[in-house]
Amino acid sequence: MSQEKREIVIPSQFLGDVEGNNAGRGTFIENGKIYSEMLGILSKRSNYINVIPLKGRYDAIEGDFVIGIVQEAMASSWLVDINAPYPALLHVNEVPWDVDFGETKKYLNHGDSVMAKILQVDAEKKLQITLKDRNLYKIRGGYITYIEPSKVPRLIGKKGSMIALLKKYTRCRIFVGQNGRIWIDGNEGDIAKVLHAIRKIEEESLAFGLTNRIEELLKKDIKDVQ
Amino acid sequence: MESDIKLIDDNGKRLDGRSPDELRKIKIEAGVLHRAEGSCYLEWGGNKVMAAVYGPREALPRHTQNPLRAIVNARYNMAAFSVDDRKRPGPDRRSREISKVISEALEKVILLEKFPRASIDVNIEVLNAEAGTRCAGLTAAGVALADAGIPLKDIPVACAAGKIDGHVVLDLGKEEDNFGDADLPIAISPRTNEILLLQMDGHLTVEEFDKALEMAINGCHVASDIQKKAIMDKYQNAPEVK
Repeated sequence: MSQEKREIVIPSQFLGDVEGNNAGRGTFIENGKIYSEMLGILSKRSNYINVIPLKGRYDAIEGDFVIGIVQEAMASSWLVDINAPYPALLHVNEVPWDVDFGETKKYLNHGDSVMAKILQVDAEKKLQITLKDRNLYKIRGGYITYIEPSKVPRLIGKKGSMIALLKKYTRCRIFVGQNGRIWIDGNEGDIAKVLHAIRKIEEESLAFGLTNRIEELLKKDIKDVQ
Repeated sequence: MESDIKLIDDNGKRLDGRSPDELRKIKIEAGVLHRAEGSCYLEWGGNKVMAAVYGPREALPRHTQNPLRAIVNARYNMAAFSVDDRKRPGPDRRSREISKVISEALEKVILLEKFPRASIDVNIEVLNAEAGTRCAGLTAAGVALADAGIPLKDIPVACAAGKIDGHVVLDLGKEEDNFGDADLPIAISPRTNEILLLQMDGHLTVEEFDKALEMAINGCHVASDIQKKAIMDKYQNAPEVK
């Protein structure tokens, strides 16, 4: 892969022949040729041609950690918006509390945020989430921001390098949901710093060597304070 | 409609100085609205069109959902100030027809099976009308869909051909549309030349029809290149590494 620039592709762009290549995610095959199906970044890895989307809704995968916002409390479950095309169902059996029938509103109500895990995605794309896992709970305090779900891997960095960097320099608690929602908690100045860095990562997500530049940015911020 | 206006002069030039197979000037800008997931502003001659895409999101009311695939709701609307006399706002017979044919054209290019039970909503707002708004609207919708990151088999594009003073010409202007003999708007999938929409107003012989169709398809390809360039411009010029 070239190190200069990531190539942007648009839907229906010709990417290669079926011979010698495998059609990966974000592509489709017609008459022995591989085409891109969405606006995205081209990535070729071991004979697989993939298109990583630039924009679009979050495509839920089982086991992902996400941040959801409760839309509705029903008698024995909640409907939670996780930025997927469909609202996700959170059943009372999937929360750590002992909830009586019809008492769901006492625990989570419209507008509350939760950290959750995707429990199940079925063929009809009906989504179920759960709070029964380590470190999953209702969010109290802090700040929630949003980036494109396709840019989440950039924010986390290789083996979590980018996110570790942000935590180290700002002493904030940060939780990145795979659906693009990010929860940040800390003192006000630190939150502003993290937000600034996140916006920079979002803007320059196509560039190489981003982690190093973010480190410089954060170091500079610290000097300014001193 | 009979008239005294001469639509083609002795040199074969049209009223606005175009040759028979020339398009009006097209300008496309992608991603102009922040609230919509995908958007496009398009100027096609005197037409000014804004398209915005929302979704895929759960289709409501529930009975409209299809458990196997997404549905497409295109809504074509003309602003009250888009024409000379004030247009009475709201959907009418004409705009409902156009909404329907555009929805059906878009259904053919979107990979709907990826989003069961969802709807993809496309709003097409005509701000200024000057003949050929359905083509301009569909072309803008194509760019907006790509901008929204929706999986597509192709970016749809539309263009019209027609007949004025006995000559087959490309992309009718306002007077040509009002006083001409026939109008043939089509939409195609430019990669395969598949026809997504074809309507005709007026009369054409079989030979004239074939010629007009070929001309319109060529016009579509010209417009398609402008569409693709507009999307590329928006995303390729994102900040690069120094």
